[in-house]
Amino acid sequence: MRENAADPDLYDYVPYAGRPKVVWPGGKTVAVWVAPNLEYYEIDPPAHPRRKAWARPHPDVVGYSHRDHSNRVSHWRMAEVMSKHGFPGSVSLSVALCQHHPEVVADANARGWEFFSHGIYNTRYAYDISEAQERAIIEDSIRTVRDATGQTIRGWLAPALTHTPRTLDLIAEYGLDYTCDLYHDDQVQDVKVAKGRLASIPYSLEVNDHYGFFIYNMSGREYADTLVRQFERLAQEGERSGTVMCIPLHAYLIGQPHRIGPFEEALEHIASDGRAWIAKAGEIVDAWRAQTPATLPGARA
Amino acid sequence: MSLDSHYLSYPARGEGYDHELYSWSPLHERKPVSWPTGSVAVWICVSLEWFPILPTDQPFRAPGHMQTAYPDFRHYTARDYGNRIGAWRFLEALDKAGVKASFATNAAIAERYPELVEAVLAGGHEIIAHSTDMNGTIDGSLSEEAERALIGDALSRLNAATGQVAKGWLSIARSQSFRTADILREQGIAFQCDWVNDEMPYRWRNGIVNLPLNHELSDRTIVAVQQQSADSWAQSMEDAFDWLAGEAAATGGGRMLPIHVTPYIMGLPYRIAAFERLLAMLSARQEAWFATGGGIVDCWAAQA
Repeated sequence: MRENAADPDLYDYVPYAGRPKVVWPGGKTVAVWVAPNLEYYEIDPPAHPRRKAWARPHPDVVGYSHRDHSNRVSHWRMAEVMSKHGFPGSVSLSVALCQHHPEVVADANARGWEFFSHGIYNTRYAYDISEAQERAIIEDSIRTVRDATGQTIRGWLAPALTHTPRTLDLIAEYGLDYTCDLYHDDQVQDVKVAKGRLASIPYSLEVNDHYGFFIYNMSGREYADTLVRQFERLAQEGERSGTVMCIPLHAYLIGQPHRIGPFEEALEHIASDGRAWIAKAGEIVDAWRAQTPATLPGARA
Repeated sequence: MSLDSHYLSYPARGEGYDHELYSWSPLHERKPVSWPTGSVAVWICVSLEWFPILPTDQPFRAPGHMQTAYPDFRHYTARDYGNRIGAWRFLEALDKAGVKASFATNAAIAERYPELVEAVLAGGHEIIAHSTDMNGTIDGSLSEEAERALIGDALSRLNAATGQVAKGWLSIARSQSFRTADILREQGIAFQCDWVNDEMPYRWRNGIVNLPLNHELSDRTIVAVQQQSADSWAQSMEDAFDWLAGEAAATGGGRMLPIHVTPYIMGLPYRIAAFERLLAMLSARQEAWFATGGGIVDCWAAQA
């Protein structure tokens, strides 16, 4: 990115009208991926000068224990529903979960899910870290996930969505293929990086379950309806050029007993529609790249 | 620019939790628990709260507390409405449905409104300790001495006013310090309701049982915070019950549905019917076992 400039120069402006046609495998019009956040939040993390980890003095009982629900109860509830309807996860992983609760990571791995890094902990923020510190976090992520799962991470979602101006260049330099941190498009797009090639895959804040339940204050049924509407529109527009729909989840939210039933109905709807290519993030980036030559400066295949 | 290196060191990064309060245990791997009847324990918990018109904010101001400059007649009276009217609507609704509930009760409520507490006890309901009054908040910034005194005061006053010994505790806003559970144990509390990380009772290392009172299913979260209608709240409770009953049938393990309601929220004239309809619907379900918090803990502990 261009530091300290009004336009960070992340990408070129590409109007939605008139784009080259992208077709997903099997002629599908929308690539649908599910991104469960498998996280560990520390109960008593060190303070970051720019952001408090918890709203309340430690221990923030509701904040911490709500998130702990994922790792005791709701991960398996959410994962079972996904597996039942044929949705693999592309996991946004607090990599320290590999140490704290390896059973959760092993469950996701056994289901054939893909892992990308969401930092070490979701209570450690990247603002103001040095390049060496940021490299250490990236290298830790690659090593930790490889040791725990045998997989090499291909993507990045910054811990608690905290970045530095170097983040995109660094992850591309380490050979990662995609970022989930940019929200400017409904299709995969190239991002400008110093070296290598980095794709931005649409993640989503707007249909993220956290936004659904605690920004937009939806009921479980309203959120499920939102997912169906999002899908219907993107599936229709994807006839012109393939679109991407991400469903970003947190088990402690979507896996609550009053929400999981309506959510399952939304997954059933999408799976039975016929227009969805249900895939993992890396597969979507690969299929897009196979149809899209690198065009950006610094974006070399 | 760089951050102090301790910000990137992770001393607690190892197997299990980054604390010693309780150990990790995934629900689906635990020995199944069965209830005396049905497969889903339905636990109604009503909070009885008195908000002094003078908030002390030590250590923090409780949700629902005064909001305007003094004197905040609006919020003082709107909250006290729950004790004068809403709680009585709940009692009648519970009686009509034949349901025994828990009442998480400020000591000040028991002292100030003896008629209400007598009616709660006469209805066969359970009293759970819920601090002194709505100024009686706890968090990590409270001194150990002040916290011990607060909990001791709450329990002695509540027990004196009710003529019973409370076994359960709910903190205001479910907010604790790192030492709260130890102080509760010292003072004879068998179960706490604050930690929302599970859907069944489980035991902490110090011996206390945590009976999770899911804040997500409360009228405070769904109606007061998320501003859903009473009908939407009731629909969510029904959806939760259906899911849990299905899970219990599939796994053979009993489940629990905690329903946390507040007299000044769900006890309003235009909302109470949704609560009554929910009770009637759940009462008609064979899978439902209505129980108090203490009843659920006792039944679970006998099988644990």
